[in-house]
Amino acid sequence: MAIKKFMYLNRRAPYGTVYALESLEVVLIAAAFDQDVSLAFMDDGVYQLVEGQKTDGIGMKNFSKTFHALGDYDINQFFVSAESLEERGLSVDDLMPLVWEDEDDDWAEKPSIKVVPNAELTKIMSEQDVCLSF
Amino acid sequence: MLHTVNKSSFERNSLQSCLNTIDDSSVILLIEDGVISAAKNSKSFMLAELATQGRVYALQGDVEARGISSKLADNIKLVDYAGFVDLVIENGTAVSWV
Amino acid sequence: MADILGAEVDEEGFLVDLKDWTKEIAVEMAKGDDIDLSEEHWDVINFLRDYFEEYQIAPAVRVLTKAIGKQFGKEKGNSKYLYSLFPYGPGKQGCRFAGLPKPTGCI
Repeated sequence: MAIKKFMYLNRRAPYGTVYALESLEVVLIAAAFDQDVSLAFMDDGVYQLVEGQKTDGIGMKNFSKTFHALGDYDINQFFVSAESLEERGLSVDDLMPLVWEDEDDDWAEKPSIKVVPNAELTKIMSEQDVCLSF
Repeated sequence: MLHTVNKSSFERNSLQSCLNTIDDSSVILLIEDGVISAAKNSKSFMLAELATQGRVYALQGDVEARGISSKLADNIKLVDYAGFVDLVIENGTAVSWV
Repeated sequence: MADILGAEVDEEGFLVDLKDWTKEIAVEMAKGDDIDLSEEHWDVINFLRDYFEEYQIAPAVRVLTKAIGKQFGKEKGNSKYLYSLFPYGPGKQGCRFAGLPKPTGCI
């Protein structure tokens, strides 16, 4: 099977709707097929990556923890819209410090999240074979 | 009256419609994704005046779930589910902006 | 609804509520599959439970294999070893004994 470039575009806040969780489930399934997967976060989707989510009070699964596992699934390209962060008064320091281990560099831990301006997101999107929107 | 808003103001115009409609005695309770509208430093923050008057509440569990407890604007009052019930009892008619 | 030692399970034998899990339930489930749980089984079961606690998912077999090798030694980090412990699949059978939901993407 030829390897294709898949991008999952996440635009919704977590918990209020089921989009964020559904996206993550599909990403995990897709990870089993050895494709080139990247994730993009824009609009309220950036809230999915905010550090310190605590869901005891609403009785829902805290799936923000699952993002920490994705490095082991070779999913280590998280593109976050700089404009979306700024509009919300957020910065990269408010996001979870997601990392992956680079096998070709003595398992050095490297950051998975990259904050990019929308213009660059546009370019990254145009390079994809498939773009799935949640 | 009690107005509950459960959508982010970045995502829908529910909060704007609510603000266009409420009277001087109304209070607003932000729930679910609506709590995102209570975050400070956000470009779309529209609740400064009402919050100063002590008329904006946010549901604590939803605030904590989204990791924005330390990012709330000034004078937003947090309530738990029991507090939600009290607001319903104290404020008469409740309207949901969905 | 079927149950194991009073804990409700679904049609495939997975616990409905993972809070119901006890070691006795794991032993009982294994007995049903003609398996006597050894220390090596428990290493994997405990690993799966810790992994789920940390990441809120059950690991894919590929990820599990790598992690087991890292933690318990290279000779155990292969699917042959894991299948010798859990003939119906370390993901599916292991997760069931560990009281976790069926792994995402597992058929």
